[in-house]
Amino acid sequence: MSDASLSASQTQPGDASFGDFFALLKPRVMTLVVFTALVGLLVAPGAVNPVIGFAAILFIAVGGGASGALNMWWDADIDRIMKRTRGRPIPAGKVSEGEAFGFGMALSGISVVMLGLATNLVAAGLLAFTIFFYVVIYSMWLKRWTPQNIVIGGAAGAFPPMIGWAAATGSVSIEAVLMFALIFMWTPPHFWALALFMKGDYHEAGVPMLTVTHGRRATRNHILVYTLLLTPVALALAFTSIGGPLYLAVALFYSLLFLKGAWEIWRRDEDMAEADGYANEKKVFKHSLYYLFALFGALWGEAILTYYGFGGWQILSVLG
Amino acid sequence: MSFRKPHELHGRRFGRNLGLGIVLAGSVALIFGLTIAKVSDDSFVVPTQVEGGY
Repeated sequence: MSDASLSASQTQPGDASFGDFFALLKPRVMTLVVFTALVGLLVAPGAVNPVIGFAAILFIAVGGGASGALNMWWDADIDRIMKRTRGRPIPAGKVSEGEAFGFGMALSGISVVMLGLATNLVAAGLLAFTIFFYVVIYSMWLKRWTPQNIVIGGAAGAFPPMIGWAAATGSVSIEAVLMFALIFMWTPPHFWALALFMKGDYHEAGVPMLTVTHGRRATRNHILVYTLLLTPVALALAFTSIGGPLYLAVALFYSLLFLKGAWEIWRRDEDMAEADGYANEKKVFKHSLYYLFALFGALWGEAILTYYGFGGWQILSVLG
Repeated sequence: MSFRKPHELHGRRFGRNLGLGIVLAGSVALIFGLTIAKVSDDSFVVPTQVEGGY
């Protein structure tokens, strides 16, 4: 019996601190959820009452956190094995599995019902589907079954801007679909870059990551292909009602940077990567985070400019 | 009254209770704010004013 399983079996309900429960919500992932949902809500046409907008973002974040707690409940066995996840509340013996399950289920229900009451049924339905998708489709089914787990599972992380948009408008449009597609296409190269330098973790846990099932060469190929496919999606947003020259410039700059990083990852082999401690892979992983924040930040920037009459492509006619 | 130093477990429980209290108070404030925002909206109609309402 390992030390981890010993502490887990001794975990008593009621011993956890407030911070341990908060850690179950995956606060770092929540940052991305909150930011993209907020941008989705702010760039949508029409005005939203600030209290309703705040409540919408809060309940989307709580729903995202609830799915994180349920994911930790289901994956507690593999979290105990992987170095990266060993410190999470359940494997660390701070929260019992039953508590995590109850906490996740309660917050899921509260967040969906409250989002529905605060905004509309479309947004609430999308949030419920997101939680279901992340917990059942990704965590329970795909994650341990197929090396394409990251590709399909990435959809769960791509929903927040669409939910934000739906909360403001009550419907889904091409802009919301493209924001979804942007995160959906971004997720695989982002996580595969991580998998390249978190070498042993997934292998030891028996998670069929692409690096484990198809090898590291295939993973490098996949990163390049997905980054190439991501670029037109990122640029296409510039030509919708929420895009404009500012977004196009930011998207072009960061897309070229991401493509350059993916190209360098593709060119290297394992010997080259090991020689510099996977420096390039780590750099691409970090840059991919900046990429997403920059592109969504630029969409927000366009919305602010539009408010002052300088947003979108209308700026060209103003200047002309 | 005891002058013994509280056990670490009691500190953790106090923190959790305090945190839960703040969350509950925040929820009350949020639901009150949402109610005000909803009834202040121009499209809000009192149920008795809706056709067929009672």
